[in-house]
Amino acid sequence: MTTTTTGTPTTPKQSVGTAHTRVDGYEKVTGSARYAGEIPFADLAHGWLAVSTVARGRIRSVDDEPVLRMPGVITVLHHGNAPRLNTEYIGMLGAPPDPTCAVFQHDRVPHLGWPVALVVAETPEQAREAAEALAVHYDREPHDVALSATRTDTHPVDGFMPAVTEKGDLEAELAASDVVLDAEYTTPEEHHSMMEPHAATALWDGGRLEVIDSNQGATWVGSELAKLFSLEPDAVRVRSEHVGGGFGSKGVRAHQVAAVMAATALDRPVRVVMTRRQMFSLTGYRSPTIQRVRLGASADGRLRALEHSAVNLTSTVFDFVEPAAGPARVMYGAEAHHTANRIVRLDVPTPTFMRAPGEAPGSFALESAFDELAEKCGLDPIELRLRNEPDRGPVSGLPFSSRNLRACFDEGARRFGWAGRDPRPGVRRDGRWLLGTGTAAGSFSAGAAPSTAVATAEADGTFTVRIAAADIGTGARTALTLLAADALEVAPDRVKMRIGDSDFGPAWLAGGSMGTRSWGWAVTIAASELKERLALGADIPPEGITVRSDTTEALQALTQKERHSFCAQFAEVAVDVTTGEVRVRRMLGIFAAGRIVNPLTARSQLVGGMTWGISMALHEEAVRDPATGGLYGADLAGYHVATNADVAEIEADWVADPDPDDPVGLKGIGEIGIVGAAAAIANAVWHATGVRHRNLPIRPDRVLQAVTGAPDA
Amino acid sequence: MREFGYHRAYDVAGALALLGADPDARFLGGGTNLVDLMKTGVERPASLVDVRELPLDGIEPTADGGLRIGATVTNSDLAAHPEVRRRYPALTQAVLAGASGQLRNMATVGGNLLQRTRCAYFTDVTQACNKRVPGSGCPAIEGEHHNHAVLGASEHCVAVHPSDMGVALTAFDATVTYETPDGPGRSPLTDFYLPVADTPHQETVLPPGALITGVTLPPAPVAARSRYRKVRERASYAFAIGSVAAALDVRDGVVQDVRLALGAVASRPWRARTAERALAGAPAGAETFAAAADAELAAARPLPHNGYKVTLMRNLIVAVLTELAEEAAR
Repeated sequence: MTTTTTGTPTTPKQSVGTAHTRVDGYEKVTGSARYAGEIPFADLAHGWLAVSTVARGRIRSVDDEPVLRMPGVITVLHHGNAPRLNTEYIGMLGAPPDPTCAVFQHDRVPHLGWPVALVVAETPEQAREAAEALAVHYDREPHDVALSATRTDTHPVDGFMPAVTEKGDLEAELAASDVVLDAEYTTPEEHHSMMEPHAATALWDGGRLEVIDSNQGATWVGSELAKLFSLEPDAVRVRSEHVGGGFGSKGVRAHQVAAVMAATALDRPVRVVMTRRQMFSLTGYRSPTIQRVRLGASADGRLRALEHSAVNLTSTVFDFVEPAAGPARVMYGAEAHHTANRIVRLDVPTPTFMRAPGEAPGSFALESAFDELAEKCGLDPIELRLRNEPDRGPVSGLPFSSRNLRACFDEGARRFGWAGRDPRPGVRRDGRWLLGTGTAAGSFSAGAAPSTAVATAEADGTFTVRIAAADIGTGARTALTLLAADALEVAPDRVKMRIGDSDFGPAWLAGGSMGTRSWGWAVTIAASELKERLALGADIPPEGITVRSDTTEALQALTQKERHSFCAQFAEVAVDVTTGEVRVRRMLGIFAAGRIVNPLTARSQLVGGMTWGISMALHEEAVRDPATGGLYGADLAGYHVATNADVAEIEADWVADPDPDDPVGLKGIGEIGIVGAAAAIANAVWHATGVRHRNLPIRPDRVLQAVTGAPDA
Repeated sequence: MREFGYHRAYDVAGALALLGADPDARFLGGGTNLVDLMKTGVERPASLVDVRELPLDGIEPTADGGLRIGATVTNSDLAAHPEVRRRYPALTQAVLAGASGQLRNMATVGGNLLQRTRCAYFTDVTQACNKRVPGSGCPAIEGEHHNHAVLGASEHCVAVHPSDMGVALTAFDATVTYETPDGPGRSPLTDFYLPVADTPHQETVLPPGALITGVTLPPAPVAARSRYRKVRERASYAFAIGSVAAALDVRDGVVQDVRLALGAVASRPWRARTAERALAGAPAGAETFAAAADAELAAARPLPHNGYKVTLMRNLIVAVLTELAEEAAR
């Protein structure tokens, strides 16, 4: 028997705050990291989803007989033979399930691309061929997919925040204002478009359901599957070792549910992988928004009135709110302050969380409007924002835990070279390009949710930490390793961080910019307590010494405050108004986002968010064809995201902003990178050309037509 | 995805025989378009005849001072060839403006000419499309058509040809050569693509079973000063929304010779002969260039959402010709 005595004082340097390459980097770049769709199983069968080709109606019949005779086909699941699911529950996020994931429960088709059957075969090729050959007959009904500002059937819905906030007399303050801005902004339907498609393998193992998946939270997906299939929570194990991006779309989806149904029916492992095209209708997206902003200010730029009202669409089966009017409740105060989020139910797939839900589209409208107001007031856009810095929550009246937006602007303006900027639009030229600069502010909520972690001192002197965290490409696995190492006061290479397994105990998901903070809290407590235990000098038995943590009580003790990250975004663009081309020449984002755990991956994540901002400003747009109700070009050839060539000089950095109430000072950086980025670019396009673009994306045809005055955009 | 047979041919006769043996067979070049279409079910060949091993991968000078480019030359090799860069720089620029490095390493000259439109109604088998299913209709005309044709389209199809390379080849009077079981054939590239009319599914003059063996470029001293400019919705890796291949010879301020072709405006690379006629012998300058562009674009019949292309093409033609004229004046 080998035992190791610890307690020898070590003096490792602090790991948090210094750059570390990813602990799983070698596996990822060499391809040895296995993703959900490529882990081998004996006797694996393959399911392929068949989806509706009508946007609204009823399934009259599923003609599965011919398909069942096709080579390799094992079964066809559909609403006529699938097991009933339980959808009467409130899930981990405090909401009932989106019925979109409860597949094959009825004959109604609420949108184009709705799952109508799962064909299971011996090979994925056989399953796909059979699924595409499957004849499904519909009673078609007229559909309505058109979102417009003139619709009268919108209604306020709370979502994850109150739908409506109203303070003061808006019309009176607007009437008393020296300067008034009233403008409408729109953002299009946008899709997550992560690299790795949704993929799940389900199997029964010793009476337990096991799901190998690509998701943003093993606890989350496991608990939802348990409820849907009426299983004991302990009877479901979900593993999600490596995840090739999520951005909000990798929760419970049709593929996991269909795979569990098939694995149960066939009593063998079944894998379901989505195609890119299926992902465009089955995994959520960011709703298009129509936003109206009214600002009233005194001549010195101080706001008297702020109104931000936003409309988004949702499906007919689930109310999802894209709360674009939310950011105004954090960013700016005014005597009269009105915000409202409204939805309209259409025959479309259910939208969902997508990187900075609410803040991404909302900041485009609000921060564009501020740029327009600055122009009207004859004020520098940064100065206008600083004059309207609130000292308490503009709506809540609560104090801010910390608010370092001013520091972001100071540092950003200095590094970007903002001082002395000529505010006049359309006067700088470099050959065929008109040049301009723009800025915008942003915020994203900072929070933490209950999580548990398990820290073990191994007999060989190493440490193993287990937590059901998800590394969706963020570098969370590495960040948690560094946090554990510091709490244990050891070098990071002595810590093995195991994540992505619901058997490690309940933990929050990679979402809401709360992943690393929530998990980091639990890891820090478990590791600190383990360190204290070891300090007593006991021998470590072969099974190691294990300490568990649960942050539920610590989080409940937090006082109510306005808790947010902030940022200042800067962009320089070049615009050729004769071709409509817009190029972002450089971007700078300065962030106040808590203590930064790993500067290397944090910078990547923030630059990634800013790159999303470039994409949002210039490229991304899913076009829905009103005739069919489906998308035009639902693939990555038709849906454009920024390429390397679209991203020139881009830099992200941060100011000191440790959160006073977090054990390590963390906030969260998953989403703040995109917030304000599109507005900074649109404001720069105005500065370059003198033309205000209030509709995203700023496509070449829109730039051309804005110049020629042609009506079509 | 349907199972399919795979055969590799090592000589042209063998390739023709393999294809002839199966009415549902297709030639496979780089596969950068065909394989995608097979995955989505647009193409469902029973077998593929891989022609990449055919001895058609050379680029050689012709006796009269032109170039002969083999059908299986990859886009990368074509763009990098010193004689192409020297004699037809716009061709190199056009090829490099297309796709990505990885795709250009795979894609072939013959395949490039035969690639299909990226109209998303064509590539989505759940939609109607006269090109894919004759007689089923054209949803683009009433639907999404921001990047559809403004020249030479019909009420049956408004799709555009996606090639960049083809635009430069069209400007330089390339001729396509091919083999059939009945013997060789050739077609000027300007006649290679059939008018859309009511048969958008019939795209080229190639007889059934024919194999493109190469492309011949005639000598064109004017092409030594040539340019390709492409506008697209992002800086790289997107199909054109408008492009121009142009060559210009100006002496004493007068246009001596000119070649002009437009991309992403029609079902084929569009040779702008009307503009060329307006330019020949005229004084080189923005006014002449704009008048020539307007003369060419007078035939444009934009749809409700692609009228910007007329403005774009006019501006592009003027910009590229102006650049070339300024270069000549230096």
